[in-house]
Amino acid sequence: MRPPLFPMRVIAAALLIAPAPALADALTGSTQQQPTNWVAIGMFGLFVLLTLWITKAAAARTRTASDFYTAGGGITGFQNGLAMAGDYMSAASFLGISAQIFVDGYDGLIYSTGFLVGWPILLFLMAERLRNLGKYTFADVASYRFAQPPVRSFAAGSTLLVVSFYLIAQMVGAGQLIKLLFGLPYSYAVIVVGVLMMLYVLFGGMRATTWVQIIKAVMLLSGATFMAVSVLAQFGFSPEALFARAVEVKTGLAAADGANAADAAVKGRAIMGPGGFIKDPVSGLSLGLALIFGTAGLPHILMRFFTVPDAKEARKSVLWATTWIGYFYILIFIIGFGAIVLVATDSAYLDADGALRGGGNMAAMHLAHAIGGDLFLGFISAVAFATILAVVAGLTLSGASAVSHDLYATVVRRGAASSADELRVSRITTLALGTVAILLGIAFEKQNVAFMVSLAFALAASGNFPVLILSLLWKGCTTRGAAWGGAIGLLTAFALTVLSPAIWEKVLGLADAPFPYSSPALFSVPAGFLSIWLISLLDRGPRAAIDKAGYAAQRIRSETGVGAHAASDH
Amino acid sequence: MHDDVIARLDADPRYHALVRRRSRLGWLLAVIILGAFTAFTLLMAFQKAWMASPIGAGVTSVGVPIGMGLILFAIMLTGLYVWRSNSVYDREMAQILAQAQAQSRAPA
Repeated sequence: MRPPLFPMRVIAAALLIAPAPALADALTGSTQQQPTNWVAIGMFGLFVLLTLWITKAAAARTRTASDFYTAGGGITGFQNGLAMAGDYMSAASFLGISAQIFVDGYDGLIYSTGFLVGWPILLFLMAERLRNLGKYTFADVASYRFAQPPVRSFAAGSTLLVVSFYLIAQMVGAGQLIKLLFGLPYSYAVIVVGVLMMLYVLFGGMRATTWVQIIKAVMLLSGATFMAVSVLAQFGFSPEALFARAVEVKTGLAAADGANAADAAVKGRAIMGPGGFIKDPVSGLSLGLALIFGTAGLPHILMRFFTVPDAKEARKSVLWATTWIGYFYILIFIIGFGAIVLVATDSAYLDADGALRGGGNMAAMHLAHAIGGDLFLGFISAVAFATILAVVAGLTLSGASAVSHDLYATVVRRGAASSADELRVSRITTLALGTVAILLGIAFEKQNVAFMVSLAFALAASGNFPVLILSLLWKGCTTRGAAWGGAIGLLTAFALTVLSPAIWEKVLGLADAPFPYSSPALFSVPAGFLSIWLISLLDRGPRAAIDKAGYAAQRIRSETGVGAHAASDH
Repeated sequence: MHDDVIARLDADPRYHALVRRRSRLGWLLAVIILGAFTAFTLLMAFQKAWMASPIGAGVTSVGVPIGMGLILFAIMLTGLYVWRSNSVYDREMAQILAQAQAQSRAPA
């Protein structure tokens, strides 16, 4: 059952770890439509009604560009932390990581930790500076002391690239997931996700998007808590007893496969330690870098820092987000082992070959059924689908803001656009993005889009992150350095991804990828930093002098919040 | 008015000392958490047998508390920074800022 090649393994890992339903199995188009699940559809219908009602309420309060982009800056740190966590606790983490633990045990933990560590870094180096300098998009921060058109154009282009790859992966994931969970055709799911997401964003803007994300996060955390507690309750709340039983089950399965007693015992024990996941430290570290620095460069995450009133709340947001995400990953660890014990031994959840019914990612779903029957399975299915919906809404809002705030209002109209004009362009862009997402989602149904989420992370880590860090912390950074250096970082990440096995072998079908590692970040992140540094250093133009002269004031503003864009929601 | 406040802050050694302390804490914690994650990755790559060895007589392996510990450690460091910044540093910053603003309003 185990994929024999290491690179494939890590690619799968990169996808599972990413905050998207980049379900390795689901995305390859190998899923089969299941019988129609009316309980799940009904539960999801309730979620949709609730969120549409919230959207209606939010719409009444969405009048200005500030309302639309940042909910008027009136979200609290606690609410924003839940919404940020919602962006991360995706269908992929829930289904993918629990499935990975179901198969390999302990190895699943490397996903969780790599994914979490990006948050403290974002807090320690950037959170308050972002909040103090930014207004609506991360480009506000990146271009603060620079000539606007070049840096804004870079940031908007990079946002659209990251958002598009992410969005396509989400749409395809939604289609595949709905076949599995609801038993409905692929195209239904893509259209439902696209239309609902457009409604949330068009009418409710950031306020509705944030509340959809919060509701989903609460549903997912409650569902996962219930599952983990139910599993532990069966073992008298002793993890040791749970692990012991899981080892016993795995040993029994290995013995049933024909292994002799000694081999079977070794295989059973193997779930308690690291297995084949990291064979090559270069790929392991590179993947870690992409996750950690990608987190700090994702435009839809960065945008969330502008929804809170000040730096204090921005810091609290990250603390809450980190806490909820960490808690969630601990639950997932228990859920994965629970699935070994309760699902792997029950023939009702297995097909004739002993594999999971419905595909490898169904472990947590079957566990939900084993614990709470059809009703709870319906609830968890609805939560999984709601998760995708909430994430695509955030992505679309971020893409629309890049077009209306960065390109239209700043580059095209040179800052002369009114709030109403800007709002109109955001809404038109939302419609356009939603339509494109639906069309591409359908077009990519049979394609292997598995590389797209890891590509989005690598692009964010290699382009946006170096530009933000150097513009915030290095006086010598200039307009030319930020715009061109950032673009070089992006291009390097893109080119190396194309040359890596994920695209070269899996998508293009060519032999032996020229770039052997699973993630380009170990090379493309330094390439981004070095290019910005070198181009800035060589930049002797008149603009470079202005850029450097603006640093002192920018630094003090970023550190104190003097003159920061205030909340308008009072 | 903002420009004047900024000029006053820039001339205030207490301001620079405070920011230096805060950013030193930020960098220190960033290095610690990156180091912890790198160490965990290297243990997963090179010390598989040790990570898989059971604690005492049970089946729970050494790696379980280490992995869970890393998750809790990340949350703890985040909490430490937020607590220091939101209570200690922000209070001192508010005092320095209030003084700069008051001076800026009252022309000498």
